[in-house]
Amino acid sequence: MHDMAHALLLVGVMAGVTVLLRFLPFLVFSRSTPKFVLYLGEVLPYAIMAMLVVYCLKSISFARAPYGAPELLAVAATAGLHKWKHNTLLSIVVGTVLYMALLRLL
Amino acid sequence: MRLELGKGVWKKAFQDTLPVMAGYLVLGLGFGILLRDAGYSAWWALLMSVTIYAGSMQYVGVDLLAGGASLLSAALLTLMVNARHIFYGISMVDKYRDMGKGKPYLIFALTDETYSLVCRPDAPGGTPPRAYYFLVSLFDQCYWVAGSVLGGLVGSILPFDTTGVDFAMTALFTVIFVEQWEKADTHLPAVIGLAVSVCCLALFGADSFLIPAMIGITLCLFLLRGKIAGGGKADA
Repeated sequence: MHDMAHALLLVGVMAGVTVLLRFLPFLVFSRSTPKFVLYLGEVLPYAIMAMLVVYCLKSISFARAPYGAPELLAVAATAGLHKWKHNTLLSIVVGTVLYMALLRLL
Repeated sequence: MRLELGKGVWKKAFQDTLPVMAGYLVLGLGFGILLRDAGYSAWWALLMSVTIYAGSMQYVGVDLLAGGASLLSAALLTLMVNARHIFYGISMVDKYRDMGKGKPYLIFALTDETYSLVCRPDAPGGTPPRAYYFLVSLFDQCYWVAGSVLGGLVGSILPFDTTGVDFAMTALFTVIFVEQWEKADTHLPAVIGLAVSVCCLALFGADSFLIPAMIGITLCLFLLRGKIAGGGKADA
């Protein structure tokens, strides 16, 4: 075990900075919501969800086998199934099981 | 102001968070195991998951703890890894405006996954919004805390191979992306998000693409606001 006090301080710093980042927009725009924030609130969710998908896939390597095939195939299957059936849980379960299978087969 | 906690809202919140449950239990478990291997007991997993509650940052935090990093470098790294949360806040400022007493917790608990659920247009689906947002946030954190504490307790002696279950998170974001795509009048914001993120990933690499991507997305959304404005009805 390392120095306990320092470890506690480290956790405190990580928690503090994270809370600060989460509260910042709400503190800055606490009185009224400016027009550009309303606009961003309207369009950002679309862009962010795309960013999060890319974020989840950031570590795949196209240079080494299986060349990101499990990830890309599973994402395509999840998206396709959801477009077809519109059942959130079904799309996620099938996508995840397919991914786990592809990981072991490819 | 009391939350109106009817039966319907509990059920809806629970059902909507099921995918997050799968992902958080597994990711939390992985975190708890790593932390235990680094010499920190389940108590530390509990402490970190209750107070920090940010998945990728807690994984990074294991290295910081194990290496005895300086407080300044911990602060800077947290700033880098979690800067994207500013994004979530900005897009929820208006939606969370009248959330009463529970509001500080809603803001504290705004992780990637919780954001992906609460940012959906008409997310509460007829249930009382305050209660719905609160329960979704609380359930998600419970899953995360449970997973990480369990990981710290049992270590790596799980009887089955869970490699890849964390894909549930990717699948959740993909599903929400498809839903938003179908509801949007203009696909430009989604295309911008995808294109800018992929370009930044190629340019800056996996470890440092998020902040350039956030800046690029914001810039593009502003430059093209004439074409987009009024078209994307994300939040009511």
